[in-house]
Amino acid sequence: MSYDVNGATIEHDEEGYITNLSEWSKELAGIIAVAEDIDMGEEHWAVVNFLREYYEEYQIAPAVRVLIKSIKKSMGPEVGNNKYMYELFPYGPAKQACKIAGLPKPTGCV
Amino acid sequence: MSEIIKKFLYVNRKAPYGTIYAQESLEVVLIGAAFDQDVSVAFLDDGVFQLTKGQDTTAAGLKNFSPTFRALGDYEVTKLYVEQESLDERGLTLDDLQDIQYEDEDDDYAEKPSIIVVSRAEMADVMADQDVILSF
Repeated sequence: MSYDVNGATIEHDEEGYITNLSEWSKELAGIIAVAEDIDMGEEHWAVVNFLREYYEEYQIAPAVRVLIKSIKKSMGPEVGNNKYMYELFPYGPAKQACKIAGLPKPTGCV
Repeated sequence: MSEIIKKFLYVNRKAPYGTIYAQESLEVVLIGAAFDQDVSVAFLDDGVFQLTKGQDTTAAGLKNFSPTFRALGDYEVTKLYVEQESLDERGLTLDDLQDIQYEDEDDDYAEKPSIIVVSRAEMADVMADQDVILSF
């Protein structure tokens, strides 16, 4: 199972998370987003970038409640709340945004 | 779902990379933190090495998961008990460990240290006080 980015083959697992995290690119993110039926706007990218920074610093993809709490702290309560985050990523802000961000499935998502 | 909050203690006794125990323990702590229980983590014997600063796993070809300990506060895991005697026996001090903090929501988000150094006798008391102990 793989994504095709300009002829390059990027392997992913059965749920669509990429296997080799270093193969991520903005282009790939766009392709995953289309597969997830998400139209990437500025806020979507802000969440994806936040997740990549979080992973860089802590080496984990945060659970959804940790993500929303942290987004609230860094971007304010109008973005960092359940309702808005689920509007951005209807099938789970952590799960979908992590997939688009090229991270593993979140740790502690039950 | 039961509303009873139990006290869980995860006990880490092994060095971080020789076996998979340390990494698996951390994963279980993070997953368990979703269940709104009272979670603490203990580090004794070679387990104290898990918290050391400046870990470099490049040569071992393993993922350096030590930065993840600093995310525990986000998961509301704020009590990391470290046994003094275990540090002493290995020539380590608190300065050799990562600075791990959490934000206290009840105190205007003040940053407070998560690591609590306790004596062996105090560690026994910590353990005696738990409902559930999981050993790694």
